[in-house]
Amino acid sequence: MLRFHRRRLAAFSVALAAALAVSACGSKTGEGDDTGGVTADTSGDTVKVGLLNSLSGTMAISEVTVRDAIMLAVEEINAAGGVLGKKLAPVGEDGGSDWPTFAEKAEKLIKVDRVAAVFGCWTSASRKAVKPVFEENKALLFYPVQYEGLEQSPYIFYTGATTNQQIVPGLDYLKAQGKKSVYLVGSDYVFPRTANKIIKAYAEANGLKVLGEDYAPLGSTEFGTIVNKVKASKAEAVFNTLNGDSNVAFFKEYKSAGLTAAAMPVVSVSIAEEEVKSIGTQYLSGQLTAWNYYQTTTGAANDKFVKAYKAKFGADKPTSDPMEAAYVSVYLWKAMVEKAGSFDVEKVKGAADGVTFEAPEGLVTIDGATQHIHKTARIGKIGDDGLITEVWNSGSPVKPDPYLKGYPWASGLS
Amino acid sequence: MTVILGQLFTGVSIGAVLLLIALGLALTFGQMNVINMAHGEFIMAGAYTTYVLQQTVTDAGLSLLVALPVAFAVAGAMGVLLEWALIRRLYTRPLDTLLVTWGVSLMLQQLARDVFGAPNVQTKAPDILTESTSLGTDLSIANSRLFILGLVVLAVAALTAALRFTPLGRRIRAVVQNRDLAAVSGIATGRVDRLTFFIGSGLAGVAGVALTLLGPIGPTMGTNIIIDAFLVVVVGGIGQLKGSVIVAFVLGMLQAMVEYLTTLSVAKVIVFVAIVAFLQWRPQGLFTLRTRSLA
Repeated sequence: MLRFHRRRLAAFSVALAAALAVSACGSKTGEGDDTGGVTADTSGDTVKVGLLNSLSGTMAISEVTVRDAIMLAVEEINAAGGVLGKKLAPVGEDGGSDWPTFAEKAEKLIKVDRVAAVFGCWTSASRKAVKPVFEENKALLFYPVQYEGLEQSPYIFYTGATTNQQIVPGLDYLKAQGKKSVYLVGSDYVFPRTANKIIKAYAEANGLKVLGEDYAPLGSTEFGTIVNKVKASKAEAVFNTLNGDSNVAFFKEYKSAGLTAAAMPVVSVSIAEEEVKSIGTQYLSGQLTAWNYYQTTTGAANDKFVKAYKAKFGADKPTSDPMEAAYVSVYLWKAMVEKAGSFDVEKVKGAADGVTFEAPEGLVTIDGATQHIHKTARIGKIGDDGLITEVWNSGSPVKPDPYLKGYPWASGLS
Repeated sequence: MTVILGQLFTGVSIGAVLLLIALGLALTFGQMNVINMAHGEFIMAGAYTTYVLQQTVTDAGLSLLVALPVAFAVAGAMGVLLEWALIRRLYTRPLDTLLVTWGVSLMLQQLARDVFGAPNVQTKAPDILTESTSLGTDLSIANSRLFILGLVVLAVAALTAALRFTPLGRRIRAVVQNRDLAAVSGIATGRVDRLTFFIGSGLAGVAGVALTLLGPIGPTMGTNIIIDAFLVVVVGGIGQLKGSVIVAFVLGMLQAMVEYLTTLSVAKVIVFVAIVAFLQWRPQGLFTLRTRSLA
């Protein structure tokens, strides 16, 4: 349900995207200006923005909520007078949970619709597929989902957390709680394996013992043995990077093995409000999650966001971290455009550094050098009502560090 | 030592789950030679039945007990409908049956998505089944697993008894061994087929109820299960229940032990390699039924 196709097709997608980029070179003549970019069409009363999300296929469950959040932001901005006096005209495209399709649709949005910016993508695989398209055409993408870091494209703004804003704070929290040992459980693909590499480097430097590391194939629902191993290790906590349905089976097994959140808490990085609903609070109550935003986050900006979202999409619909990051990305783009006084991509990029927005998660600031944003890290506890309440936060927004350059223990990572 | 004991029980319980999902198939595929790719969706139907019942019967324990017979009836009825509408026209065309039932499985998945939504749904298990029974200091056994083990023992016993001692069972065995001879002896083979299909599909529904205790309940849950179910029946040997029973527990134990020593991914590979090697040696499976009619 989450990012479970993140990297599976990465190699294939990259190859395909490269092929697309090559063909783009061939067909570009006469279409763009001489710098190789395609200029956005801002001549009319409206300016087009692109929405690129999977509305069908396996990722649709998650990506539709992100799109809804983007639409909400667009409507709010239009109601308040638009950007530089122009109303936004959203153009939606369906990525179909298929990474080559993402690249194709991105190209269409940029070249045919000539949008000023594109918002969307969820899996790292889809982001990697569209990255060359945006770079080739010098167009802007705003990517709203937490990811594994180690990336920095000049034409992508990352409004979700990078590793030092989610995984590292999660570990800091465990350490602060006096936990001395941890067991790592994850899905068997690149994101969890990369995350666990980072966790092991952190653990070594911080006197945390990693007592075991186990991976389950995506979609796996048999966790008897893994939970037995976790239990036998007598670890003091579990760090969970499982994705999708496996989480359901894992937590059911965990509870039935007699393991509790009090004795051996599990910190998860892919369980947000929607996932809690599908796993069941019976099994999750008391467990921990690491994110930057919860529906329960306090503040006027979040009250307004939650209220507006529920009014538009239904009272039973929770708001989650990726949705919030997507909502924020539209407002950040607006602020950048207004600061630049222009829709021109290079000028907008140039204006990015230091742009702030009073987001539902709190004040966020764009870091111009990395094109990531300063975000407050939060650890939350899952309650009986299915909502997540904050038990710790970083106090102030954490500076993004996608390559973990500021952490000496991470120097050996590549 | 306690870990090894724990793993032994895990192996048994993986075997029990395998057997439960394969039991219905052992009847429809094993006895009737019908390749029903929609078997996994009958399991899904059982799981969703549990979910729907819980909307009305809110007591978790009671609704689970009620769900067992209701899911049996719901999935059984779906099976009969499928047999009556499609499969009986295709008894001589096994490959077409495979394609047709696969299509049906896709339709059922989409139906579930339209009715219940694409995200997983959750059911509440009775508290006692989310806890564990302690055996000594470090050894404990999950009650949900014990429940499933009990359920599968009951189901196998009931099915064996039905096949061996009831008139219906005699007729089923007669039709399996020699359809033409059974027909000329006055057995309504069409009706026997339908009843066999009812029981086989109904058992899938029961498996679905049990799986709500262990894993996700969603439109695609059947596809993850169907391969394991076919494996058990194929390796166990067509036409015999005991083959499936033995193979399910052997595979469960193998999976648990190899996984304990290596990882889940490696264990899956090793189990598959073992199955391929075994089928090279005994292509007909563990046990075979000597009949004139089966090729």
